[in-house]
Amino acid sequence: MQVVNTPIQENEKLNAKSDKVAREKPKTDPINGSHANVGETVGKPFAKHPKMTMRNVDVFYGDKQAIYDVSLDIGKHEVVAMIGPSGCGKSTFLRCLNRMNDTIDICKVKGEIKLEELDVYHPKQDVVPLRARVGMVFQKPNPFPKSIYDNVAYGPRIHGLFERKTDLDEIVENSLRRASLWEEVKDRLHSPGTGLSGGQQQRLCIARTIAVSPEVILMDEPCSALDPIATAKIEELIAELSKKFTIAIVTHSMQQAARVSHRTAYFHMGKLVEVNDTKRVFTNPQHKLTEAYITGRFG
Amino acid sequence: MTNSNGTLSTAEKVNKSLQKRYRAEKRFRAYGISAIAFGLLCLVVLFTDIISKGHSAFFQTYVKLDITFDPTEMGVDDPTDANQLATADYDSLIRNALKEQFPEASGRRDRRALYAVVSNGAAFTLREQLKENPQLLNQTVPMWMLADDDIDTYVKHRDDAQGDTFAGRISEKQMGWVDTLIDNNQVESRFNTTFFTSGDSREPEQAGILGALVGSLLTLVVTILLSFPIGVAAAVYLEEYAPQNKFTDFIEVNINNLAAVPSIIFGLLGLAIFIGFFEMQRSLPLVGGLVLTLMTLPTIIISSRAAIKAVPPSVRDAALGLGASKMQMVLHHVLPLAMPGMLTGAIIGFAQALGETAPLLMIGMVAFVVDIPGAITDPATALPVQIFLWSDSPERAFVERTSAAIMVLLAFLISMNTLAIWLRRRLERRW
Ligand SMILES: Nc1ncnc2c1ncn2[C@@H]1O[C@H](COP(=O)(O)OP(=O)(O)OP(=O)(O)O)[C@@H](O)[C@H]1O
Ligand SMILES: [Mg+2]
Repeated sequence: MQVVNTPIQENEKLNAKSDKVAREKPKTDPINGSHANVGETVGKPFAKHPKMTMRNVDVFYGDKQAIYDVSLDIGKHEVVAMIGPSGCGKSTFLRCLNRMNDTIDICKVKGEIKLEELDVYHPKQDVVPLRARVGMVFQKPNPFPKSIYDNVAYGPRIHGLFERKTDLDEIVENSLRRASLWEEVKDRLHSPGTGLSGGQQQRLCIARTIAVSPEVILMDEPCSALDPIATAKIEELIAELSKKFTIAIVTHSMQQAARVSHRTAYFHMGKLVEVNDTKRVFTNPQHKLTEAYITGRFG
Repeated sequence: MTNSNGTLSTAEKVNKSLQKRYRAEKRFRAYGISAIAFGLLCLVVLFTDIISKGHSAFFQTYVKLDITFDPTEMGVDDPTDANQLATADYDSLIRNALKEQFPEASGRRDRRALYAVVSNGAAFTLREQLKENPQLLNQTVPMWMLADDDIDTYVKHRDDAQGDTFAGRISEKQMGWVDTLIDNNQVESRFNTTFFTSGDSREPEQAGILGALVGSLLTLVVTILLSFPIGVAAAVYLEEYAPQNKFTDFIEVNINNLAAVPSIIFGLLGLAIFIGFFEMQRSLPLVGGLVLTLMTLPTIIISSRAAIKAVPPSVRDAALGLGASKMQMVLHHVLPLAMPGMLTGAIIGFAQALGETAPLLMIGMVAFVVDIPGAITDPATALPVQIFLWSDSPERAFVERTSAAIMVLLAFLISMNTLAIWLRRRLERRW
């Protein structure tokens, strides 16, 4: 795996202060600790060249709060992994970044989320151009019940990204190549996308997402429905994609987080407990909750 | 085999219960099969009854008479005058032909009975014939003419054991004349084209189903054109756009209730709104279509909503995640995937509408309409109403026509459903 080091080293200085502040806080019993005891985020939530910045984000489902005061940056060309026990709010947080939460009536988001200078939750902000810039890959492969070609071509078509048919063909081929699916499907571009294997379908979904050339790709447990070989392929792909895209990935597999990400964010009961360079999180976690989680004491 | 302590092992217990389960399974299947058998039996009884009663309506008795086109008798003095030919007295030609063949009928009553052997529509046939072949004037030619409905019934049932039960409608003398005609090979049974080419009539032998069929078709077209788009639009709005609140709950409850409202209420509603308030004419397929639209809308909305709900949310997420607008998501993904389901519901609604009588009675589509409607603004009646009307008529010949009309209605329904199923298959094949 290739790791682009620059953004991470630059983050170092920026995060040094918050690192210290957090460490000084007294901690109570980590496992049974209530929300109040989680305290502020420890580690390095900020990036020098942020692509997306989230500040004091609260998310509510009706009266129930699912995310508490989360601040985090995702740097340019950085891969940030989000881990945490089930129900801790990883998906909720991820879905804020391209406003997929808008589809849930009762979901309310507070705080500031920015894509570079663009205010994601500005009342006048249209979700269509936003989602063209921030793409998403879902947990379960969800190709459209259309041909492989039409699946990949759908995004460029609705956004009008091409002028001639040959341009579209090129976009489709390039996207499939980058998703390392081209060799497997080039002879059956017009057969249904739903007829592919699970791993191929997920790569098709990735190809479909990158066909729109987004700047950020959000992935919500993209490998949870796949076997180890397909998973390995997608992990390779993520490493490759990170050269061009900024990626936020939710995963339940700590090995996966360790393999693909530059930084890892640990969520616990709606709070962002710790963010740090991936290596550091897994070798030397600073928060007891993080430690408990990665050593498998709960989760 | 038993355990050391004498109880049965788990495997043996399972085996024992297995027998019971197999039996239960068999019984369960038998229930299903008997249910289907019962349904089929009812269907067979229904069809045999209708077909056995109605098949004879597809044939009609014709009588051959030697007609002399005598201008003086017809009251024509200038054979080149088309107007005179059109208004000439053709009935007297038929009367003369009958008189000539059966001179023994002398009294006024006998004559009347004799003339009644041939349908009073036969004169029109003669007029058409002469119009096409003017050289027939002054000639004597054998012509096949429509027999009266009572004669038709007598001829059809003459050989039946119960033949004499119908004889009440025709006299002994008439029977004798008809028997003579049959012996002279002057009576023939032909395919009843009139039944399929003309509108209603007071005379059964001249009554046809076409008027009602076209009326039904026009009404149905109005219903389909209005209720499907409106129903789908309402369903899409309620499923995809409407916020979940008291108001939409209220609407939902109302739609569900409307689906259960007796159809005659919709007829009253249509009468009050379209005819009373908007002052539309009565008996129009347009009004019928509007009323049936009101009636089918709840069915279509409910089934369309179910079909839209059944579209997997992952497809919506995929579309939205790529930056499709809500409308694009609905048009490109949700509707195509929901279309087969929506069609299934719509077909049920349309089939109901096609067979609906009560609301049409309320808006006057029960009127006696002879002309075939040419537009949705021509007075018309509909197939089920026609069936209702004929079933109420005293003439024996209308009994078989009622059954025949039912057959036509069923054929219409079956072809409509076939079309819809074919359409659904085609849409489904596009996954
Ligand atoms: N649509 C919703 N309506 C109400 N509450 C919700 C909804 N979606 C999620 N939640 C709640 O928000 C909290 C966070 O859920 P979320 O799906 O973000 O967890 P997660 O970290 O992604 O879990 P997992 O690892 O199992 O996917 C949970 O308590 C969940 O019950
Ligand atoms: Mg999740």
